[in-house]
Amino acid sequence: MTPLLELKGLHVGIPARRGNVDIVTDVGFSILEGEAFGLVGESGSGKSLTALSLIRLLKKPLKVTAGQILFKGEDLRALSDREMRKLRGARIAMIFQEPMTALNPLKTVGRQIAEMFVLHQGKSWAEAERLAIGALADVQVPAPEERVRAYPFQMSGGMRQRVMIAIALACDPDLLIADEPTTALDVTVQDEVLKLIAQLCSARGTAVLLISHDLGVIANMCQRVGVMYSGRLVEERDTYDIFADPQHPYTKGLLGALPRLGSRHGEGGRQRLVDIDSLITDKASLLQEFYHEPRHKIRDPRVRAGGAA
Amino acid sequence: MKDMATAPLLDIRDLHVHFPVGGQFLSRNKRTLHAVAGVNLSLAEGECLSIVGESGCGKSTTALAVMGLQEPTSGDILFEGGSIIGADAPDRMARARIAQMVFQDPYASLNPRQTVWRSLAAPLRLHGTTAKSEIEDRIADILQKVDLRPEHAARYPHEFSGGQRQRIGIARALILNPRILMLDEPVSALDVSVRAQIINLLLDLQEELSLSFVMISHDLGVVEHMSDRVAVMYFGQIVELGPWSAIFANPTHPYTRKLIATIPDPDTVLHPDRKVTAHAAPEPPEGYRFHPETVGRPDVYAAPEPSELVEIEPGHFIRAQRR
Repeated sequence: MTPLLELKGLHVGIPARRGNVDIVTDVGFSILEGEAFGLVGESGSGKSLTALSLIRLLKKPLKVTAGQILFKGEDLRALSDREMRKLRGARIAMIFQEPMTALNPLKTVGRQIAEMFVLHQGKSWAEAERLAIGALADVQVPAPEERVRAYPFQMSGGMRQRVMIAIALACDPDLLIADEPTTALDVTVQDEVLKLIAQLCSARGTAVLLISHDLGVIANMCQRVGVMYSGRLVEERDTYDIFADPQHPYTKGLLGALPRLGSRHGEGGRQRLVDIDSLITDKASLLQEFYHEPRHKIRDPRVRAGGAA
Repeated sequence: MKDMATAPLLDIRDLHVHFPVGGQFLSRNKRTLHAVAGVNLSLAEGECLSIVGESGCGKSTTALAVMGLQEPTSGDILFEGGSIIGADAPDRMARARIAQMVFQDPYASLNPRQTVWRSLAAPLRLHGTTAKSEIEDRIADILQKVDLRPEHAARYPHEFSGGQRQRIGIARALILNPRILMLDEPVSALDVSVRAQIINLLLDLQEELSLSFVMISHDLGVVEHMSDRVAVMYFGQIVELGPWSAIFANPTHPYTRKLIATIPDPDTVLHPDRKVTAHAAPEPPEGYRFHPETVGRPDVYAAPEPSELVEIEPGHFIRAQRR
């Protein structure tokens, strides 16, 4: 089966005359149709840049400097901006972290959902607004006939994120990119929103690329996980395997650094959390095998550029 | 577990904080929001007590009341047996040496125009340490305690990473040698690896300086790792209170169970059977029903119905209503 999305040797960076400064280096993975794939990593690891590069939303001076992005076998890098605009939102949709800044504060939520049907499916506004009510009902917003006329500021964070999901899934995309969709939400609301994403996507056969720093969210949502560190994909495997038997030292460190339920042993004998930084400086030589540099060395991008060239 | 027989360091007694909300300016139809509705809590010396709950449950308001930043509507807060609110409260200078706060966002809680040295020296000067050499020594000492170097004092907050800033936030809280640290979501703005370092640091400091912590958090993984006792708050009231092991091994109140069940726990992939919801829901104690029985959105403007905390095993309380 050909994968829905395939990344091959993706480099994202700042083009420069004397060799590019890469921020994302040689990232490759694939997502099958209807599959949920998780990208996990700390801030600055390049997970969001990887996602933005897929739908050509990188801000200057960042650019995809090398690699292939194959969507249903077609290289997205070869598309014109116009073709990309048609694809974005219709075939590949995205949900962002902060629903307040991602929604337009001056338009009703119904209008913002309806726009999707008008722009991508050529529906009339009257028809589109009727479809918007259905879309709001699908994301379990109570009283959708009234809520279509609400403005984003009249809604709670959880409700706004539901509206974002309704917009993203309006045109039945093949791939949904969710970048930290629940980080700004309370735990019980987070649980509801994640369940909603999982339920809607599996019902419609939509593949999901879920980006999160929260290993728990990833574990509960995804079949496969990629771990990113300093712009590289350091480990990519089935979710069960990665938690049961992490291979890469960074993955091991990440799992050890996480205070997990049930991981504190007995009274008095509290287990110390793993300090990833000390692990990496101590074992610099070991990490070299995994194409790794200790963190304090990679702070300066010029060092990396020299190494990559 | 610490000896509970001795008088508690901090004792919160029937704390109520109400806010008037809504209505036009000067109008009479203002409603009252019961942000904190009858909280009783005590903190023993050297203990870490965590308050967990969702946004709006009153956990931060409780902390602000202890800090003296929020006037309680009624109730009393005692420190070593003496009241610290109302008419006979100690002055602000004395209060500052009782409890200090570590804030969630180390980017927002440090003055960007002041060097670390100035941020740390100002409280010392106010509290009567005037000799420059003494201030120097104290700052060098506190920075070394939070694993920073003395030369870091000359820098501005923007020159530090998030984790280092939170270390400065902790140093600032500790500079006056307070007895209690109020930790308001101390690690939730930090990355996993930095979070682990700060948690380890806080636990080391607690032991080294025999500090007592009140931690506010919604991250139950962190709470389980750090706490001695846990109080679960729900709409202004404590619904479950007990030693950490009891709360996590034997959560009883429906809200606590829901809260623990909704935590995305990576270990559910490995042990699906260990999830708390896999166990049958426990029965309420004899002659009682849980309060609230179902977890929804209660009316925050109405005074809560009478209910009480019932002890179901030593030190483990749940909120229930007599049938």
